[in-house]
Amino acid sequence: MSKEKILSRIQANKPAARALPDIPAFEFATSDLHAAFTSLAEANASRCLSLTSTDEMANFISVQFPEAKQIASTYSSYKGNVDLQAVTDPSELKQVDVAVIPGQVGVAENAAIWVTEEDCVHRALPVICQHLILVLSKKQLVGNLHEAYQKIQIDQSGYGVFIAGPSKTADIEQSLVIGAQGARSLTIVFID
Amino acid sequence: MQHADKAATFIQNESKTDWHNASIWRAREKRDVAAHGIPEWEHLRELASQIKDNVLSNLDHYLVQFEEAATRNGVQVHWAATAEDHNRIVLGILQKNKLSKVVKSKSMLTEECHLNPFLEANGVEVIDTDLGERIIQLRDERPSHIVAPAIHLKKEEIGELFHEKLGTEKGATDPNYLTEAARQHLRSAFMESHAGLTGVNFAVAETGGVVIVTNEGNSDMGVHLNKVQIHCMGIEKIIPRAQDLGIFVRLLARSAIGQAISIFTSHYHRPKAGGAMHYVIVDNGRSEHLGREDFRNGLKCIRCGACMNTCPVYRRSGGHSYGYTIPGPIGSILTPGKDLKQHSDLPFASTLCGSCSDVCPVKIDIHEQLYKWRQIIAEEGHLNRFKRWSMRLAGKILSSPKAYRRFGRLARWALRVMPSSMVYNRWNDWGKERELPTAPKQSFKEWYQENHPAS
Ligand code: SF4
Repeated sequence: MSKEKILSRIQANKPAARALPDIPAFEFATSDLHAAFTSLAEANASRCLSLTSTDEMANFISVQFPEAKQIASTYSSYKGNVDLQAVTDPSELKQVDVAVIPGQVGVAENAAIWVTEEDCVHRALPVICQHLILVLSKKQLVGNLHEAYQKIQIDQSGYGVFIAGPSKTADIEQSLVIGAQGARSLTIVFID
Repeated sequence: MQHADKAATFIQNESKTDWHNASIWRAREKRDVAAHGIPEWEHLRELASQIKDNVLSNLDHYLVQFEEAATRNGVQVHWAATAEDHNRIVLGILQKNKLSKVVKSKSMLTEECHLNPFLEANGVEVIDTDLGERIIQLRDERPSHIVAPAIHLKKEEIGELFHEKLGTEKGATDPNYLTEAARQHLRSAFMESHAGLTGVNFAVAETGGVVIVTNEGNSDMGVHLNKVQIHCMGIEKIIPRAQDLGIFVRLLARSAIGQAISIFTSHYHRPKAGGAMHYVIVDNGRSEHLGREDFRNGLKCIRCGACMNTCPVYRRSGGHSYGYTIPGPIGSILTPGKDLKQHSDLPFASTLCGSCSDVCPVKIDIHEQLYKWRQIIAEEGHLNRFKRWSMRLAGKILSSPKAYRRFGRLARWALRVMPSSMVYNRWNDWGKERELPTAPKQSFKEWYQENHPAS
């Protein structure tokens, strides 16, 4: 059996025990988390907005994505026009022009946002849609990734992801191109 | 063919060599900016190294813990002692489910195991979905860099390839246009495929989950759009705790390309509703490498590519010159353990400047290992004859002050009086592509004695 073979070879070959270090609390230097988050997000080609109501969001979507036919939303106070519960094959979601999904935690040091399966209904939604909108409250911001991992429990959902921008690639001569296989744009909407 | 020969072919195109060198150096510069932005950077590297030390010393326990947690999560775990086992297991999963079309996101492990040709020979179509990997797959080449597999290609070459294979306009070279064509092509591949296969960046022992990072989102597309997902990982990908991710994820993308974090850092723990999830845990020589005291640190590698980006030899010889899946400094310390004779030239493909060790986020002593491999290669008689004799001669001269003085005098005289054809010829590697300096009449020692007669 491969397993026994591998494990016994490891036992025979492994070095003497070394202690697992504790991870200290690294502090994030800047106190204005929202400003830090926004500047990092813009560096990643995301767009940040601060809105005060969901009406403003509807407005923003119709102005920003006038051509959008299918809008899927899992954000409770904004209704899209796609019935996600009725979708059985996730590849049907390729028709979705705009997806609106609530985030759980935003990380100021890298502008990444934690999103889980439960937030998306379909795991594929945030990556297969053409344009993605993540909704956050400023209260959900933390400084660095250590704090984020303290706040979330990675195995609470079957799938969870930090999303830090629109899909991108630099595989052709290292030139940055936005919109590789995933969403072509990411807008982060702060509603407080 | 040896590294030096392949490198010699590579540098024949001088402008392309300059371009390759400069474009990869940019990644190193971006890494520096990102690293300097984090006051605790060095502390993070130290912690990463210590966590990996702990992993190596407890690898058996962590693997069992990982398997137990994963099984509880509903994941099917398979163990593969060799590359062949790995390939057979993957094929078995596909055949059992009658799946014949696979989309794959970046995985150096499956390259190492030559999974693609094996699956293709067994009637399975494999589509690599990382843009760089798809490019080299369409060209029937191997990756030349572990983070940017197609970094050796110019956009004109990619434009030509896409024209031929994807029907883009002839002569088109705009990266935006070419990427859009690839997007359409790959998105339909995701829709039509039957299974999603990925590599693994980190496997968390306490939770039984795997973490995969991409900028393109191709891992998530492939995994989520297919009922069956397969994640292939080397045994060394284990990290103990979820909170360790904070350390490694902070280091990885910054070291690789100077990005604060990859666009998608995906954590997979349980199969999707109605789906199946498999891990294939692969040894393929790693447990043996663990027993090499001087070299086991190589197993700490998180495949960021920083050592390649900084290496003056890699940048000017290209990844293909190394003749192995993992090129550059890290490849040169891992390969001799796989086949000392076949890869005996790689530890010499280095200036031993130590820059690789300086940038390595997990503090692998890369340049020291290169030096140690050289000694083993010499002791075991794998040096070529020319190197063996020249080293022996140099050893004699450098260990005797008298011989050294005499040789110095001879060399200075010879450089002055010999016709240039005797200095610049195929026997003298040091005279290639460079002008040797004019030799002074006397040595420093002679000059010093003359000018400081009292001392
Ligand atoms: S050896 Fe270090 S620098 Fe090189 S790829 Fe591995 S982790 Fe990165």
